[in-house]
Amino acid sequence: MSLREAIASSKILVTCGAGGIGKTTAAAALGVALSQSSQRRVLVLTIDPARRLADALGLDGIGNEVTSVKEVTGPGKLDVAMLDTRASWDSLIHRHAPDEETAQRILSNSLYQNITGRFIQSHDYIAMERLYELVQLNQYDLIVLDTPPSRNALDFLDAPNRMADFFSSRLLRWLTAPARGGMRGLAAKPFTQITDRILGAQFLSDITEFFVLLESMYAGFIERAREVEALLVDPTTGFLVISTLDEAPLHEAAFFVNELEKRNLRVYGWLLNRVLPASLSSPSLLWAINELERASLDDVATDLNVPLTQLSTVTKSLVANARAWSNVALRERQLISTLRSSVPMVAVPSLDGEISDLEGLFALGQRILDEPFVLEFGDDQRSESA
Amino acid sequence: MGKTTIAAGLAQALANEGKSVLLCAIDNRSDIGEAFGLSQLHFEPQSVSGNLSLMVMDTESALRDYLRINMKIPVVTKIGPIAHAFDFVATAAPGVREILTIGKLCYDVRENTYDVVVVDAPATGHIVGYLAAPQAINALVRVGLIRNQTDWMLEILSNPEKTGVVIVTTPEEMPVVETLQLLKKLYEETTVQAAAVVVNRTLSDLVVPRDEPVLAGLSAKRPDEFSTSSLDGLFEAARLSSAKNTVAHEHLATLRQGLDDDLSVIAQPYLFEGANASSIVQAVATSLGEEI
Repeated sequence: MSLREAIASSKILVTCGAGGIGKTTAAAALGVALSQSSQRRVLVLTIDPARRLADALGLDGIGNEVTSVKEVTGPGKLDVAMLDTRASWDSLIHRHAPDEETAQRILSNSLYQNITGRFIQSHDYIAMERLYELVQLNQYDLIVLDTPPSRNALDFLDAPNRMADFFSSRLLRWLTAPARGGMRGLAAKPFTQITDRILGAQFLSDITEFFVLLESMYAGFIERAREVEALLVDPTTGFLVISTLDEAPLHEAAFFVNELEKRNLRVYGWLLNRVLPASLSSPSLLWAINELERASLDDVATDLNVPLTQLSTVTKSLVANARAWSNVALRERQLISTLRSSVPMVAVPSLDGEISDLEGLFALGQRILDEPFVLEFGDDQRSESA
Repeated sequence: MGKTTIAAGLAQALANEGKSVLLCAIDNRSDIGEAFGLSQLHFEPQSVSGNLSLMVMDTESALRDYLRINMKIPVVTKIGPIAHAFDFVATAAPGVREILTIGKLCYDVRENTYDVVVVDAPATGHIVGYLAAPQAINALVRVGLIRNQTDWMLEILSNPEKTGVVIVTTPEEMPVVETLQLLKKLYEETTVQAAAVVVNRTLSDLVVPRDEPVLAGLSAKRPDEFSTSSLDGLFEAARLSSAKNTVAHEHLATLRQGLDDDLSVIAQPYLFEGANASSIVQAVATSLGEEI
């Protein structure tokens, strides 16, 4: 079994993991590889692509609008888009407000501008909205969704539900009721008295006005939140958890796998990215280090026609450097050999440089797709993968 | 990025200088306590050594503190209904969670409970929301108790002698891009100043330029004195370092180009040792200590 087989009939693939582990690159690589090795029409929806990634895809930049990657010539098709929180919110309001005047009043409300521009929960919610919108277009066989770092991944999974709970809450009804029936009655409530003293009456009435404006869209919010939830638990949706072999990202990934399983969401696999080559943790390297350390360098210096002290400085650096990497590789090997995961794992090696073109993305994507899944890493699998 | 390790190392380095330090984690899942032998952090600061204490932020407890100090409402047992109402307000009113967090930290600074408060902040995307909370509240709330209080918070946050943001990054593409974006947002949306950029996991050049021809010569000739394959692994490791270094130099150059000249950039070496958390923190503390 490999990731390619696991996602053969999938419609949504969500990549998640800590920051700085190559998640966005992996998502793009999967998009390139799948669209060039199958008939599938793929969309990669990314959060914050690096300039280099846009360059590698032959694009001037990646924006909120869906853009085709022309360099991908088939047999499939690749589109990419970036999630721009503010622009997505604005377009959501335009689409779903009952009339243009309400839309304008919402867009110019200071609370709205603060919510959408600054606060991260709005980001999580809009990511789900956007996903839903793109699924509705029915133009793609697979959508690869790159997510924000997983510290808020739970928020992101919960966002639709929280939004629905929020809009259907009695408290909100109760808070907005006076605006519909006059302010009388509200002032008498103890909750209002406390919040009034802390926040001031003006602020409360601003909140109220905002939510009264939004009320016209409540039903839609709740309905879509339910549908997004249905989308996430659908068997054609699944997650690829990504980490490097560092303690913190590993910890994060394990936590995430656990949470996804608790929610009965499907985890396709766990990708261990940027694994150091097995040769760095091999006994022969340690042996070579020892040999060079003890070697008499006089003849070598004569051979190379360089001063002995200079040669000795160079070999000392070589030894120190090799020992340092060997320590890291040994630590990785120890970590990887103790991983016992309930989900299939796949490891891909560390690359020398950064991927800067379509071929590089394609190669990485193919590797991720075709590397056989394992449930634990013995030394054999590891050396194969590295 | 190693943000948490750097925060811990910074706190330790300051404590080593004899300052009383509070190290606060914003994220309740932070593992910052592990480096100091604490498996669980609480809102109430725990002392880990003579002058270093650790706590984790919890907005509900901060609210309780707030109500006790400012409204003279002792909330001892019946936090339930308040917490519920609070959750509601926090969801509805942007910035409430953030202002409570920032407020609690600023309060500790104002009261001089500690010489230094080191905050292990949330990930890049979130920090501006916290630091901009007083302005956001000012823009939204025109009267009320909170409004009066944002002024002294802003005073503390805007004073570079009292508040500074240390941005931790690595010499890689996205971290550098994010660092420059963060600095721009800090500048545009808050009054808080950046204190330094720590570039973590920096590799040094394998050899000085003068020795490079020797390295190349050794690599090309592979003298008979060594068994055939024994040097291969060493050169493989050397190639790895130099490849990473080439990429790192490029990104470091971009970083420096994007930074104000007076903002200090601290290179923190890649820690290779498979050491445990506390010794890594000590090592970071030592190397940062030299830079402070």
